[in-house]
Amino acid sequence: MRLTQVAAAGPVLVVIAGVAAGIWVGAWAAAAAAAVVTVAAGSVLWVERRRYLAWAYREREEDLIVSRGVLVRRVSVVPYGRMQFVEVTAGPFERVFRLATVQLHTAAAASDARIPGLERDEAARLRDRLAILGEARASGL
Amino acid sequence: MTEDPEHARSTEDAGAAAGAGWHRLHPLSPLINAGRLLSGVVGIFALSLVTAGNYRDYLYQLIVAAGLVVTGFIRWLVTRWKLDGATLRIETGLLRRDSRQLPMTRIQAVDVVRPFLARVLGLAALRIRLAGAGHAGDRLAYLTVSEAAGLRATLLAGQHGLDPATPAPAELPLITVPAGRVIGATLLRAAPRFLALVVIAAVAAAAAPVLFLASESTLGLIALGLLTRTWRQVTGRYGFTVATSPDGIRIRRGLLSTVAETIPFRRVQAVRLVQPLLWRPFGWCRLVVDVAGVAGRDSGPKSGGLTKTLLPVGYMNEAQHLVGLVFGPELPELTKPPKRARFKAPLSYHFLAAGHNQEMAVTVTGRVCKKTVFMRLEKLQSVRLTRGPVQRRLSLASVHGDAAGRRAHALFSDRHADQARGLLDELADLSRSARSAESSS
Repeated sequence: MRLTQVAAAGPVLVVIAGVAAGIWVGAWAAAAAAAVVTVAAGSVLWVERRRYLAWAYREREEDLIVSRGVLVRRVSVVPYGRMQFVEVTAGPFERVFRLATVQLHTAAAASDARIPGLERDEAARLRDRLAILGEARASGL
Repeated sequence: MTEDPEHARSTEDAGAAAGAGWHRLHPLSPLINAGRLLSGVVGIFALSLVTAGNYRDYLYQLIVAAGLVVTGFIRWLVTRWKLDGATLRIETGLLRRDSRQLPMTRIQAVDVVRPFLARVLGLAALRIRLAGAGHAGDRLAYLTVSEAAGLRATLLAGQHGLDPATPAPAELPLITVPAGRVIGATLLRAAPRFLALVVIAAVAAAAAPVLFLASESTLGLIALGLLTRTWRQVTGRYGFTVATSPDGIRIRRGLLSTVAETIPFRRVQAVRLVQPLLWRPFGWCRLVVDVAGVAGRDSGPKSGGLTKTLLPVGYMNEAQHLVGLVFGPELPELTKPPKRARFKAPLSYHFLAAGHNQEMAVTVTGRVCKKTVFMRLEKLQSVRLTRGPVQRRLSLASVHGDAAGRRAHALFSDRHADQARGLLDELADLSRSARSAESSS
């Protein structure tokens, strides 16, 4: 998701930086600025790509597992019965690409089971499935 | 949590006399509610009587005071409560009717709160905590003492699924914390902060007298804040008594205003044992209970947690006795993380330990202040595994077990990576089987 954001914003920034530097300082600076921005965008793109690749989720019989993170690897196990509610959000960028983020909330503030960048249909399917499973296995606090 | 479907109907007879089963609060409640505010207003009034010689000033203040009294009275007039089977219903508000239904089975804790003025008048407020109820608990303020005690017994009986008419079970006093120990321990905890303040003041004075004069008022303000906090801690924990009864743990505390709290055993999410550095020479420790409930305003929109002090300062054997009472006598064996974890956590390795059995997890963390967390596995909301870059290099991983709330959190810090991986699944499995064994909310 962020991948596409960076991919879209990168070239635009390159042009803006180049033009701005060109106007204020000169052609030589324009090329330097453009190069710097290109490198920055490229590295961010690389980091984001790795983050994207690291994000995985699996629906098991009794719980949902979400793993993520490149530098700090995190694996979360959330039993369906512990779910308080499921939240599906789609920001403007996500909407352009027909994507959505599914987040599970439990009574614990620290639980973080968030799955970003799902296809909208897949997000809806997951939401419904989680809601049904949560209902079936619900247990109190 | 629950919306009242009968909202419209109940609005009609709001101002009318209490209907079938409806009770009013005690007629003196507006006086106590306004008590603190009113004394301030009266103070200002008296002050202006001396200083100003203008009629109009009095008039405004009289209007303010009268307004306070009238709004308090109206609030009392439109507030009523009723026991409706296994729910407690509270209705309040004149312009914006607010009608709440509190199902007894969802109650997390019941407190009897008695501010000083209420004690003088022989009244008490009942504070009822539900998980995620929105604001700082629902209050019935004020009832007579016997009424409050009776209602608390009813609510707790309902919470345990018994007949609401069951009389309050007898309680067995366990521990009383002497006043001297409370004062000493509180001062000892506040001492480093005061010391830091004095050092800052001294340094400022020595380095730049001009700066010192400028910062003096700020420092004074901080000192004042610290003093009031310490004072409040001492008065709040004065005469701390822990008792046990079949419906939960009873806590009584307070010097001027007293609080009697009841925490049903099954509502305990986690118990934390804290041993601050300065307390260790005396062998003192502190026990804190986490309950799913609403914390203060600062808890944010997410469901917060409620933290209650189970033992403000006590000896280890007292704490162990209480822990045994809540969790049973069998505690899991603790094991240390592998030696190489010393490189990742050099400052806390000396405390790190963790263990679990079929029902419970116990973890120890902390750098200067030793913190032990006791948690029932059935209370786990989610299990997480984290591995930072250093941990990966050392082939270590940490496993977190989260219970409801913000703070209730067991941390198996820096375990062997394979062991942690297995622990993740094992905890999730054990938590599930413990839950289905309990099969209750």
